[in-house]
Amino acid sequence: MEALDDLFWAYQDLFYSLGVNAILALSMYAVVALGQLSLGQAAFMGIGAYIGAVATVKLGLPFVVALSAAMAAPAVVAALIGVPTLRLTGVYLAIATIGLGEVLRILYLNSDYLGGALGFSGIPHKADGWIIYGLLALILLAFLLITRSRVGRACEAIREDEDAAKVMGINVTGYKMTALILSAALAGLGGALNAHFSSFISPGEFGFENAVTILSYAVLGGVASPLGPVLGAFLLTALPELLRSLHGLRGVVNGLIIVLVMIFLPKGLLGRRVRRTL
Amino acid sequence: MSAKLLEVQSISRSFGALRAVDEVSFAVEPGQVHAVIGPNGAGKTTLFNIISGLVPPTSGQVQFAGQTITTLPCYRRAQIGISRTFQNIRIFPEMSVLENVMTGMTPWLRAPLIGVLLRLPAARREEHDAINRAMALLDKVGLAAQAAARAADLAYGDQRRLEIARALAARPSLLLLDEPAAGMNPTETIGLSVLLQGLRGGGLSILLVEHDMAFVMGLSDQVTVLNFGRVIADGRPAAIRHDALVIEAYLGHKVAARLAAEAGS
Repeated sequence: MEALDDLFWAYQDLFYSLGVNAILALSMYAVVALGQLSLGQAAFMGIGAYIGAVATVKLGLPFVVALSAAMAAPAVVAALIGVPTLRLTGVYLAIATIGLGEVLRILYLNSDYLGGALGFSGIPHKADGWIIYGLLALILLAFLLITRSRVGRACEAIREDEDAAKVMGINVTGYKMTALILSAALAGLGGALNAHFSSFISPGEFGFENAVTILSYAVLGGVASPLGPVLGAFLLTALPELLRSLHGLRGVVNGLIIVLVMIFLPKGLLGRRVRRTL
Repeated sequence: MSAKLLEVQSISRSFGALRAVDEVSFAVEPGQVHAVIGPNGAGKTTLFNIISGLVPPTSGQVQFAGQTITTLPCYRRAQIGISRTFQNIRIFPEMSVLENVMTGMTPWLRAPLIGVLLRLPAARREEHDAINRAMALLDKVGLAAQAAARAADLAYGDQRRLEIARALAARPSLLLLDEPAAGMNPTETIGLSVLLQGLRGGGLSILLVEHDMAFVMGLSDQVTVLNFGRVIADGRPAAIRHDALVIEAYLGHKVAARLAAEAGS
Protein backbone atom coordinates (compact mmCIF):
# COMPACT_ATOMS: atom_id res chain seq x y z
CA MET A 1 0.00 0.00 0.00
CA GLU A 2 2.85 2.31 0.87
CA ALA A 3 4.54 1.48 -2.42
CA LEU A 4 1.37 2.40 -4.24
CA ASP A 5 1.25 5.69 -2.39
CA ASP A 6 4.83 6.42 -3.34
CA LEU A 7 4.08 5.60 -6.94
CA PHE A 8 1.11 7.93 -6.86
CA TRP A 9 3.14 10.77 -5.34
CA ALA A 10 5.88 10.29 -7.90
CA TYR A 11 3.45 10.35 -10.79
CA GLN A 12 0.77 12.63 -9.34
CA ASP A 13 1.50 15.46 -11.72
CA LEU A 14 1.50 13.08 -14.67
CA PHE A 15 -1.87 11.73 -13.53
CA TYR A 16 -3.29 15.26 -13.38
CA SER A 17 -1.66 16.25 -16.67
CA LEU A 18 -3.26 13.31 -18.47
CA GLY A 19 -6.71 14.51 -17.47
CA VAL A 20 -6.11 18.20 -18.15
CA ASN A 21 -4.46 17.51 -21.51
CA ALA A 22 -7.43 15.34 -22.47
CA ILE A 23 -9.70 18.36 -21.73
CA LEU A 24 -7.41 20.52 -23.87
CA ALA A 25 -7.59 17.90 -26.63
CA LEU A 26 -11.39 18.08 -26.50
CA SER A 27 -11.19 21.86 -26.73
CA MET A 28 -9.24 21.34 -29.95
CA TYR A 29 -11.78 18.78 -31.10
CA ALA A 30 -14.55 21.37 -30.83
CA VAL A 31 -13.01 23.34 -33.71
CA VAL A 32 -11.42 20.60 -35.84
CA ALA A 33 -14.73 18.70 -35.80
CA LEU A 34 -15.94 21.53 -38.08
CA GLY A 35 -12.82 21.40 -40.23
CA GLN A 36 -11.42 24.56 -38.65
CA LEU A 37 -7.85 25.03 -37.56
CA SER A 38 -7.09 26.97 -34.40
CA LEU A 39 -3.56 27.47 -33.10
CA GLY A 40 -4.90 29.49 -30.21
CA GLN A 41 -5.69 26.71 -27.76
CA ALA A 42 -2.52 27.45 -25.76
CA ALA A 43 -3.40 31.15 -25.74
CA PHE A 44 -6.95 30.48 -24.53
CA MET A 45 -5.49 28.08 -21.98
CA GLY A 46 -3.13 30.83 -20.83
CA ILE A 47 -5.96 33.30 -20.37
CA GLY A 48 -7.80 30.73 -18.26
CA ALA A 49 -4.68 29.94 -16.22
CA TYR A 50 -3.86 33.58 -15.42
CA ILE A 51 -7.49 34.61 -14.80
CA GLY A 52 -8.00 31.57 -12.58
CA ALA A 53 -4.80 32.24 -10.65
CA VAL A 54 -5.64 35.91 -10.17
CA ALA A 55 -9.11 34.96 -8.97
CA THR A 56 -7.92 32.55 -6.27
CA VAL A 57 -4.60 34.15 -5.26
CA LYS A 58 -5.14 37.89 -5.63
CA LEU A 59 -8.89 38.14 -5.16
CA GLY A 60 -9.42 35.21 -2.83
CA LEU A 61 -12.45 34.00 -4.75
CA PRO A 62 -13.83 30.45 -4.45
CA PHE A 63 -12.44 27.88 -6.90
CA VAL A 64 -15.79 27.48 -8.69
CA VAL A 65 -15.88 31.20 -9.42
CA ALA A 66 -12.25 31.07 -10.58
CA LEU A 67 -13.03 28.22 -12.98
CA SER A 68 -16.10 30.02 -14.32
CA ALA A 69 -14.13 33.21 -14.93
CA ALA A 70 -11.37 31.14 -16.53
CA MET A 71 -13.91 29.83 -19.02
CA ALA A 72 -15.75 33.09 -19.63
CA ALA A 73 -12.72 35.30 -20.36
CA PRO A 74 -11.24 33.25 -23.24
CA ALA A 75 -14.77 32.75 -24.60
CA VAL A 76 -15.15 36.53 -24.92
CA VAL A 77 -11.73 36.81 -26.58
CA ALA A 78 -12.68 34.01 -28.99
CA ALA A 79 -15.89 35.80 -29.92
CA LEU A 80 -13.92 38.98 -30.69
CA ILE A 81 -11.47 37.05 -32.88
CA GLY A 82 -14.20 34.99 -34.49
CA VAL A 83 -16.25 37.88 -35.87
CA PRO A 84 -13.67 39.06 -38.41
CA THR A 85 -12.00 35.70 -39.16
CA LEU A 86 -14.76 33.09 -39.33
CA ARG A 87 -16.37 34.55 -42.42
CA LEU A 88 -13.18 33.72 -44.26
CA THR A 89 -12.25 30.17 -45.11
CA GLY A 90 -8.84 28.58 -44.86
CA VAL A 91 -6.00 29.48 -42.54
CA TYR A 92 -7.10 32.93 -41.38
CA LEU A 93 -8.37 31.66 -38.05
CA ALA A 94 -5.10 29.78 -37.48
CA ILE A 95 -3.05 32.90 -38.25
CA ALA A 96 -5.19 35.16 -36.07
CA THR A 97 -4.95 32.73 -33.15
CA ILE A 98 -1.14 32.46 -33.48
CA GLY A 99 -1.07 36.26 -33.31
CA LEU A 100 -3.22 36.22 -30.19
CA GLY A 101 -0.82 33.82 -28.48
CA GLU A 102 2.18 36.05 -29.17
CA VAL A 103 0.42 39.22 -28.05
CA LEU A 104 -0.63 37.61 -24.80
CA ARG A 105 2.80 36.10 -24.13
CA ILE A 106 4.40 39.54 -24.37
CA LEU A 107 1.65 40.96 -22.18
CA TYR A 108 2.30 38.37 -19.43
CA LEU A 109 6.07 38.91 -19.71
CA ASN A 110 5.74 42.61 -19.09
CA SER A 111 3.11 42.55 -16.39
CA ASP A 112 4.52 42.78 -12.88
CA TYR A 113 1.06 42.04 -11.51
CA LEU A 114 1.14 38.63 -13.23
CA GLY A 115 4.71 37.89 -12.17
CA GLY A 116 6.36 38.84 -15.44
CA ALA A 117 9.07 36.53 -16.79
CA LEU A 118 9.47 34.91 -13.37
CA GLY A 119 5.99 33.48 -13.62
CA PHE A 120 3.02 33.38 -11.28
CA SER A 121 3.68 31.21 -8.25
CA GLY A 122 1.93 30.21 -5.05
CA ILE A 123 -1.28 29.08 -6.70
CA PRO A 124 -3.19 26.88 -4.24
CA HIS A 125 -3.70 23.16 -4.94
CA LYS A 126 -7.40 23.21 -5.59
CA ALA A 127 -7.67 20.80 -8.50
CA ASP A 128 -7.66 17.14 -7.50
CA GLY A 129 -8.23 13.95 -9.45
CA TRP A 130 -11.97 13.97 -8.76
CA ILE A 131 -12.47 17.46 -10.14
CA ILE A 132 -10.23 16.96 -13.17
CA TYR A 133 -11.51 13.54 -14.18
CA GLY A 134 -15.09 14.36 -13.22
CA LEU A 135 -15.06 17.37 -15.55
CA LEU A 136 -13.30 15.36 -18.27
CA ALA A 137 -15.96 12.63 -18.06
CA LEU A 138 -18.76 15.21 -18.18
CA ILE A 139 -17.28 17.02 -21.20
CA LEU A 140 -16.53 13.78 -23.03
CA LEU A 141 -20.06 12.50 -22.44
CA ALA A 142 -21.54 15.76 -23.73
CA PHE A 143 -19.37 15.56 -26.85
CA LEU A 144 -20.34 11.94 -27.48
CA LEU A 145 -24.05 12.79 -27.17
CA ILE A 146 -23.73 15.83 -29.44
CA THR A 147 -21.80 13.88 -32.06
CA ARG A 148 -24.65 11.41 -32.39
CA SER A 149 -27.36 14.02 -32.95
CA ARG A 150 -28.53 16.51 -35.55
CA VAL A 151 -25.93 18.95 -34.22
CA GLY A 152 -23.17 16.40 -34.76
CA ARG A 153 -24.41 15.74 -38.27
CA ALA A 154 -24.38 19.46 -39.02
CA CYS A 155 -20.79 19.73 -37.73
CA GLU A 156 -19.69 16.82 -39.85
CA ALA A 157 -21.46 18.27 -42.87
CA ILE A 158 -19.53 21.52 -42.39
CA ARG A 159 -16.27 19.56 -42.10
CA GLU A 160 -16.96 17.59 -45.27
CA ASP A 161 -18.37 20.31 -47.53
CA GLU A 162 -19.10 23.82 -46.30
CA ASP A 163 -21.09 24.98 -49.33
CA ALA A 164 -23.23 21.85 -49.38
CA ALA A 165 -23.87 22.34 -45.66
CA LYS A 166 -25.00 25.94 -46.29
CA VAL A 167 -27.50 24.99 -48.98
CA MET A 168 -28.84 22.31 -46.63
CA GLY A 169 -29.91 25.11 -44.29
CA ILE A 170 -27.02 24.89 -41.83
CA ASN A 171 -25.91 28.23 -40.41
CA VAL A 172 -22.22 27.54 -41.02
CA THR A 173 -20.88 30.81 -39.59
CA GLY A 174 -23.05 30.45 -36.48
CA TYR A 175 -21.84 26.90 -35.89
CA LYS A 176 -18.19 27.88 -36.35
CA MET A 177 -18.59 30.78 -33.94
CA THR A 178 -20.27 28.63 -31.30
CA ALA A 179 -17.59 25.97 -31.69
CA LEU A 180 -14.76 28.47 -31.35
CA ILE A 181 -16.29 30.03 -28.21
CA LEU A 182 -16.90 26.61 -26.67
CA SER A 183 -13.40 25.54 -27.57
CA ALA A 184 -11.88 28.64 -25.95
CA ALA A 185 -13.94 28.11 -22.78
CA LEU A 186 -12.74 24.52 -22.49
CA ALA A 187 -9.13 25.50 -23.10
CA GLY A 188 -9.50 28.17 -20.39
CA LEU A 189 -10.88 25.54 -18.04
CA GLY A 190 -7.90 23.31 -18.81
CA GLY A 191 -5.53 26.19 -18.14
CA ALA A 192 -7.08 27.01 -14.78
CA LEU A 193 -7.06 23.36 -13.70
CA ASN A 194 -3.44 23.10 -14.76
CA ALA A 195 -2.51 26.19 -12.75
CA HIS A 196 -4.26 24.81 -9.67
CA PHE A 197 -2.33 21.55 -9.51
CA SER A 198 1.10 22.72 -10.70
CA SER A 199 0.96 25.81 -8.41
CA PHE A 200 3.11 27.74 -10.86
CA ILE A 201 2.55 29.16 -14.36
CA SER A 202 4.83 31.15 -16.64
CA PRO A 203 4.38 32.93 -19.98
CA GLY A 204 6.44 30.33 -21.87
CA GLU A 205 3.90 27.58 -21.20
CA PHE A 206 1.28 29.17 -23.42
CA GLY A 207 3.25 29.80 -26.59
CA PHE A 208 3.21 28.41 -30.08
CA GLU A 209 4.93 25.16 -29.13
CA ASN A 210 2.18 24.17 -26.73
CA ALA A 211 -0.46 25.17 -29.30
CA VAL A 212 1.07 22.69 -31.73
CA THR A 213 1.22 20.01 -29.03
CA ILE A 214 -2.52 20.41 -28.37
CA LEU A 215 -3.20 20.25 -32.09
CA SER A 216 -1.15 17.07 -32.33
CA TYR A 217 -3.38 15.37 -29.73
CA ALA A 218 -6.28 15.73 -32.15
CA VAL A 219 -4.21 14.84 -35.20
CA LEU A 220 -2.77 11.71 -33.59
CA GLY A 221 -6.08 10.50 -32.19
CA GLY A 222 -8.21 11.43 -35.17
CA VAL A 223 -11.35 13.56 -35.22
CA ALA A 224 -13.93 10.97 -36.27
CA SER A 225 -14.98 10.70 -32.61
CA PRO A 226 -14.25 12.77 -29.49
CA LEU A 227 -12.53 9.68 -28.10
CA GLY A 228 -9.74 10.16 -30.66
CA PRO A 229 -8.28 13.41 -29.27
CA VAL A 230 -8.56 12.05 -25.71
CA LEU A 231 -6.56 8.98 -26.71
CA GLY A 232 -4.08 11.23 -28.52
CA ALA A 233 -3.63 13.38 -25.41
CA PHE A 234 -3.11 10.34 -23.17
CA LEU A 235 -0.48 8.87 -25.49
CA LEU A 236 1.43 12.08 -26.12
CA THR A 237 1.39 12.99 -22.42
CA ALA A 238 2.41 9.54 -21.18
CA LEU A 239 5.00 8.78 -23.86
CA PRO A 240 7.62 11.34 -22.80
CA GLU A 241 7.47 9.87 -19.28
CA LEU A 242 7.66 6.25 -20.46
CA LEU A 243 10.52 7.15 -22.78
CA ARG A 244 12.43 8.99 -20.08
CA SER A 245 15.27 6.43 -20.23
CA LEU A 246 15.96 7.46 -23.83
CA HIS A 247 17.02 10.92 -22.61
CA GLY A 248 17.86 13.08 -25.62
CA LEU A 249 16.14 10.78 -28.08
CA ARG A 250 12.72 11.28 -26.48
CA GLY A 251 11.69 14.07 -28.81
CA VAL A 252 12.89 12.08 -31.80
CA VAL A 253 10.87 8.99 -30.86
CA ASN A 254 7.85 11.18 -30.13
CA GLY A 255 8.08 12.82 -33.52
CA LEU A 256 8.68 9.50 -35.22
CA ILE A 257 5.46 8.10 -33.76
CA ILE A 258 3.45 11.04 -35.09
CA VAL A 259 5.05 10.73 -38.53
CA LEU A 260 4.33 6.99 -38.64
CA VAL A 261 0.70 7.55 -37.64
CA MET A 262 0.37 10.22 -40.35
CA ILE A 263 1.76 7.82 -42.97
CA PHE A 264 -0.12 4.68 -42.01
CA LEU A 265 -3.23 6.08 -40.33
CA PRO A 266 -3.75 9.50 -41.93
CA LYS A 267 -7.13 9.89 -40.21
CA GLY A 268 -5.60 9.28 -36.79
CA LEU A 269 -5.63 6.30 -34.46
CA LEU A 270 -9.43 6.35 -34.18
CA GLY A 271 -10.06 7.46 -37.74
CA ARG A 272 -12.82 5.00 -38.56
CA ARG A 273 -16.13 6.53 -37.71
CA VAL A 274 -19.10 4.55 -36.56
CA ARG A 275 -21.91 4.90 -39.03
CA ARG A 276 -25.57 4.72 -38.25
CA THR A 277 -26.75 1.34 -39.44
CA LEU A 278 -30.36 1.48 -38.22
CA MET B 1 -48.40 40.30 -55.79
CA SER B 2 -47.33 38.17 -58.74
CA ALA B 3 -48.07 34.47 -58.99
CA LYS B 4 -44.47 33.67 -59.84
CA LEU B 5 -42.56 31.49 -57.39
CA LEU B 6 -39.12 32.71 -58.36
CA GLU B 7 -38.35 35.93 -60.18
CA VAL B 8 -34.86 36.78 -61.28
CA GLN B 9 -34.69 40.48 -62.18
CA SER B 10 -31.78 41.92 -64.20
CA ILE B 11 -29.22 39.80 -62.39
CA SER B 12 -25.57 40.44 -63.28
CA ARG B 13 -22.41 38.95 -61.88
CA SER B 14 -18.87 39.86 -62.90
CA PHE B 15 -15.69 38.01 -62.06
CA GLY B 16 -13.01 40.61 -62.78
CA ALA B 17 -13.49 41.65 -66.41
CA LEU B 18 -15.71 38.66 -67.19
CA ARG B 19 -19.46 39.20 -67.07
CA ALA B 20 -20.51 35.65 -66.25
CA VAL B 21 -24.16 36.62 -65.90
CA ASP B 22 -25.37 39.72 -67.73
CA GLU B 23 -28.76 41.31 -67.02
CA VAL B 24 -30.57 37.99 -66.81
CA SER B 25 -34.29 38.03 -66.06
CA PHE B 26 -36.79 35.19 -66.03
CA ALA B 27 -39.47 33.73 -63.80
CA VAL B 28 -40.41 30.27 -62.61
CA GLU B 29 -44.11 29.51 -62.24
CA PRO B 30 -45.32 27.38 -59.32
CA GLY B 31 -45.54 23.67 -60.14
CA GLN B 32 -43.51 23.90 -63.34
CA VAL B 33 -40.29 22.41 -64.59
CA HIS B 34 -38.17 25.26 -65.92
CA ALA B 35 -34.92 24.49 -67.73
CA VAL B 36 -31.95 26.77 -68.23
CA ILE B 37 -29.83 25.64 -71.15
CA GLY B 38 -26.86 27.06 -73.00
CA PRO B 39 -23.36 26.17 -74.17
CA ASN B 40 -20.58 25.60 -71.65
CA GLY B 41 -19.56 28.81 -69.92
CA ALA B 42 -22.90 30.48 -70.60
CA GLY B 43 -23.28 31.35 -66.91
CA LYS B 44 -25.78 28.69 -65.84
CA THR B 45 -23.98 27.51 -62.74
CA THR B 46 -23.19 31.07 -61.64
CA LEU B 47 -26.90 31.82 -61.99
CA PHE B 48 -27.69 28.83 -59.75
CA ASN B 49 -25.13 29.97 -57.21
CA ILE B 50 -26.77 33.41 -57.13
CA ILE B 51 -30.28 31.98 -56.69
CA SER B 52 -29.18 29.61 -53.92
CA GLY B 53 -27.14 32.35 -52.23
CA LEU B 54 -23.62 30.97 -52.54
CA VAL B 55 -22.54 33.91 -54.70
CA PRO B 56 -23.95 37.44 -54.38
CA PRO B 57 -24.98 39.15 -57.60
CA THR B 58 -23.11 42.29 -58.69
CA SER B 59 -26.49 43.85 -59.43
CA GLY B 60 -30.13 42.89 -59.78
CA GLN B 61 -32.78 41.32 -57.56
CA VAL B 62 -34.01 37.84 -56.74
CA GLN B 63 -37.61 37.43 -55.54
CA PHE B 64 -38.91 34.21 -54.04
CA ALA B 65 -42.55 33.67 -53.05
CA GLY B 66 -43.11 37.42 -53.06
CA GLN B 67 -40.10 38.15 -50.86
CA THR B 68 -36.85 39.83 -51.93
CA ILE B 69 -34.07 37.40 -51.07
CA THR B 70 -31.11 39.02 -52.84
CA THR B 71 -29.14 39.48 -49.63
CA LEU B 72 -30.59 36.59 -47.63
CA PRO B 73 -27.88 34.17 -46.38
CA CYS B 74 -27.67 30.82 -48.09
CA TYR B 75 -28.90 28.77 -45.12
CA ARG B 76 -31.95 31.02 -44.69
CA ARG B 77 -32.95 30.40 -48.31
CA ALA B 78 -32.90 26.67 -47.59
CA GLN B 79 -35.21 27.32 -44.64
CA ILE B 80 -37.76 29.19 -46.77
CA GLY B 81 -37.91 26.52 -49.46
CA ILE B 82 -35.01 26.68 -51.93
CA SER B 83 -32.96 23.52 -52.17
CA ARG B 84 -30.36 22.43 -54.74
CA THR B 85 -27.94 19.87 -56.06
CA PHE B 86 -24.52 20.52 -57.55
CA GLN B 87 -23.07 19.90 -61.00
CA ASN B 88 -20.09 18.05 -59.52
CA ILE B 89 -21.90 15.90 -56.92
CA ARG B 90 -21.37 17.20 -53.41
CA ILE B 91 -22.78 14.62 -51.05
CA PHE B 92 -21.07 14.21 -47.69
CA PRO B 93 -18.73 11.35 -48.64
CA GLU B 94 -17.91 9.90 -45.21
CA MET B 95 -21.48 9.91 -43.91
CA SER B 96 -23.85 7.06 -44.48
CA VAL B 97 -26.48 7.40 -47.20
CA LEU B 98 -29.16 7.79 -44.53
CA GLU B 99 -27.21 10.46 -42.63
CA ASN B 100 -26.78 12.44 -45.84
CA VAL B 101 -30.55 12.64 -46.25
CA MET B 102 -31.06 13.41 -42.55
CA THR B 103 -28.62 16.30 -42.85
CA GLY B 104 -30.94 17.73 -45.49
CA MET B 105 -33.67 17.89 -42.84
CA THR B 106 -31.72 20.38 -40.73
CA PRO B 107 -34.21 23.24 -41.26
CA TRP B 108 -36.99 21.04 -39.83
CA LEU B 109 -35.33 19.59 -36.77
CA ARG B 110 -36.25 21.92 -33.97
CA ALA B 111 -35.82 19.98 -30.72
CA PRO B 112 -33.88 22.24 -28.31
CA LEU B 113 -30.21 21.43 -27.76
CA ILE B 114 -30.70 20.48 -24.13
CA GLY B 115 -33.32 17.93 -25.17
CA VAL B 116 -30.97 16.55 -27.81
CA LEU B 117 -28.17 16.31 -25.23
CA LEU B 118 -30.27 14.61 -22.57
CA ARG B 119 -32.11 12.46 -25.12
CA LEU B 120 -35.48 13.71 -23.89
CA PRO B 121 -38.55 12.02 -25.37
CA ALA B 122 -39.40 14.90 -27.73
CA ALA B 123 -35.89 14.91 -29.21
CA ARG B 124 -35.84 11.12 -29.54
CA ARG B 125 -39.20 11.17 -31.28
CA GLU B 126 -38.01 13.86 -33.65
CA GLU B 127 -34.88 11.85 -34.49
CA HIS B 128 -37.00 8.75 -34.98
CA ASP B 129 -39.37 10.63 -37.32
CA ALA B 130 -36.39 12.00 -39.21
CA ILE B 131 -35.07 8.47 -39.80
CA ASN B 132 -38.48 7.34 -41.05
CA ARG B 133 -38.86 10.28 -43.39
CA ALA B 134 -35.31 9.84 -44.67
CA MET B 135 -36.01 6.18 -45.38
CA ALA B 136 -39.20 7.12 -47.24
CA LEU B 137 -37.22 9.54 -49.41
CA LEU B 138 -34.53 6.94 -50.08
CA ASP B 139 -37.29 4.55 -51.07
CA LYS B 140 -38.65 7.16 -53.48
CA VAL B 141 -35.29 7.49 -55.28
CA GLY B 142 -34.64 3.74 -55.09
CA LEU B 143 -31.78 3.79 -52.58
CA ALA B 144 -33.48 2.32 -49.50
CA ALA B 145 -31.38 -0.85 -49.68
CA GLN B 146 -28.16 1.15 -49.46
CA ALA B 147 -29.21 3.35 -46.51
CA ALA B 148 -26.35 2.17 -44.29
CA ALA B 149 -23.65 2.33 -46.97
CA ARG B 150 -20.91 4.95 -46.95
CA ALA B 151 -22.09 7.63 -49.40
CA ALA B 152 -18.76 7.73 -51.25
CA ASP B 153 -19.08 4.01 -52.02
CA LEU B 154 -22.26 4.49 -54.09
CA ALA B 155 -22.17 4.23 -57.89
CA TYR B 156 -22.14 7.56 -59.73
CA GLY B 157 -25.80 7.54 -60.76
CA ASP B 158 -26.80 6.53 -57.23
CA GLN B 159 -24.80 9.44 -55.79
CA ARG B 160 -26.77 11.81 -58.03
CA ARG B 161 -30.04 10.35 -56.80
CA LEU B 162 -28.83 10.55 -53.20
CA GLU B 163 -28.09 14.23 -53.70
CA ILE B 164 -31.64 14.74 -54.99
CA ALA B 165 -33.06 12.86 -51.98
CA ARG B 166 -30.96 15.05 -49.66
CA ALA B 167 -32.24 18.18 -51.40
CA LEU B 168 -35.84 16.94 -51.10
CA ALA B 169 -35.35 16.28 -47.38
CA ALA B 170 -35.37 20.05 -46.86
CA ARG B 171 -39.00 20.01 -48.15
CA PRO B 172 -38.35 22.69 -50.76
CA SER B 173 -40.97 24.46 -52.84
CA LEU B 174 -38.28 25.14 -55.45
CA LEU B 175 -35.68 22.52 -56.33
CA LEU B 176 -32.59 23.59 -58.28
CA LEU B 177 -30.94 20.73 -60.15
CA ASP B 178 -27.55 21.40 -61.75
CA GLU B 179 -27.10 18.82 -64.53
CA PRO B 180 -28.95 16.00 -62.77
CA ALA B 181 -28.62 13.60 -65.73
CA ALA B 182 -24.88 14.14 -66.26
CA GLY B 183 -23.04 10.82 -66.32
CA MET B 184 -26.24 8.78 -66.13
CA ASN B 185 -26.91 5.98 -68.60
CA PRO B 186 -30.10 6.16 -70.74
CA THR B 187 -32.07 3.90 -68.38
CA GLU B 188 -31.09 5.99 -65.35
CA THR B 189 -31.99 9.17 -67.24
CA ILE B 190 -35.48 7.85 -67.97
CA GLY B 191 -35.84 6.88 -64.30
CA LEU B 192 -34.80 10.40 -63.31
CA SER B 193 -37.30 11.91 -65.72
CA VAL B 194 -40.11 9.81 -64.22
CA LEU B 195 -39.01 10.81 -60.71
CA LEU B 196 -39.00 14.52 -61.56
CA GLN B 197 -42.40 14.29 -63.28
CA GLY B 198 -43.74 12.70 -60.10
CA LEU B 199 -42.31 15.52 -58.00
CA ARG B 200 -43.86 18.13 -60.27
CA GLY B 201 -47.16 16.25 -59.98
CA GLY B 202 -46.83 16.71 -56.21
CA GLY B 203 -46.65 20.49 -56.68
CA LEU B 204 -42.87 21.00 -56.56
CA SER B 205 -41.31 23.59 -58.87
CA ILE B 206 -38.06 22.55 -60.48
CA LEU B 207 -35.41 24.75 -62.07
CA LEU B 208 -32.82 22.68 -63.87
CA VAL B 209 -29.66 23.11 -65.87
CA GLU B 210 -29.09 20.25 -68.27
CA HIS B 211 -27.22 19.39 -71.45
CA ASP B 212 -29.25 16.32 -72.38
CA MET B 213 -31.68 17.96 -74.84
CA ALA B 214 -34.06 15.02 -75.14
CA PHE B 215 -34.36 15.05 -71.36
CA VAL B 216 -34.91 18.83 -71.21
CA MET B 217 -37.42 18.97 -74.05
CA GLY B 218 -39.40 16.01 -72.76
CA LEU B 219 -39.68 17.29 -69.22
CA SER B 220 -39.73 21.09 -69.24
CA ASP B 221 -42.69 23.43 -69.29
CA GLN B 222 -40.49 26.44 -69.96
CA VAL B 223 -36.94 26.85 -71.28
CA THR B 224 -34.57 29.80 -70.88
CA VAL B 225 -31.50 29.83 -73.10
CA LEU B 226 -28.31 31.57 -72.00
CA ASN B 227 -25.27 32.39 -74.11
CA PHE B 228 -22.29 34.40 -72.88
CA GLY B 229 -24.24 35.29 -69.75
CA ARG B 230 -27.24 36.72 -71.60
CA VAL B 231 -30.75 35.39 -72.17
CA ILE B 232 -31.09 34.75 -75.90
CA ALA B 233 -34.43 32.95 -75.84
CA ASP B 234 -37.20 32.12 -73.39
CA GLY B 235 -40.29 30.07 -74.15
CA ARG B 236 -41.95 26.70 -74.54
CA PRO B 237 -39.66 23.81 -75.56
CA ALA B 238 -41.27 23.55 -78.99
CA ALA B 239 -40.55 27.22 -79.74
CA ILE B 240 -36.99 27.05 -78.40
CA ARG B 241 -36.16 24.08 -80.62
CA HIS B 242 -36.66 26.18 -83.75
CA ASP B 243 -35.25 29.47 -82.48
CA ALA B 244 -32.59 30.72 -84.89
CA LEU B 245 -30.45 32.33 -82.16
CA VAL B 246 -30.47 29.13 -80.12
CA ILE B 247 -29.40 27.00 -83.08
CA GLU B 248 -26.63 29.48 -83.81
CA ALA B 249 -25.44 29.48 -80.18
CA TYR B 250 -25.18 25.72 -80.15
CA LEU B 251 -24.00 24.95 -83.69
CA GLY B 252 -22.18 28.15 -84.70
CA HIS B 253 -23.37 30.71 -87.25
CA LYS B 254 -22.15 28.78 -90.35
CA VAL B 255 -24.16 25.65 -89.60
CA ALA B 256 -27.09 27.77 -88.51
CA ALA B 257 -27.03 29.70 -91.81
CA ARG B 258 -26.86 26.46 -93.82
CA LEU B 259 -29.77 24.99 -91.86
CA ALA B 260 -31.76 28.18 -92.43
CA ALA B 261 -30.97 28.07 -96.16
CA GLU B 262 -32.03 24.41 -96.38
CA ALA B 263 -35.23 25.17 -94.51
CA GLY B 264 -35.94 28.06 -96.88
CA SER B 265 -35.29 26.16 -100.14
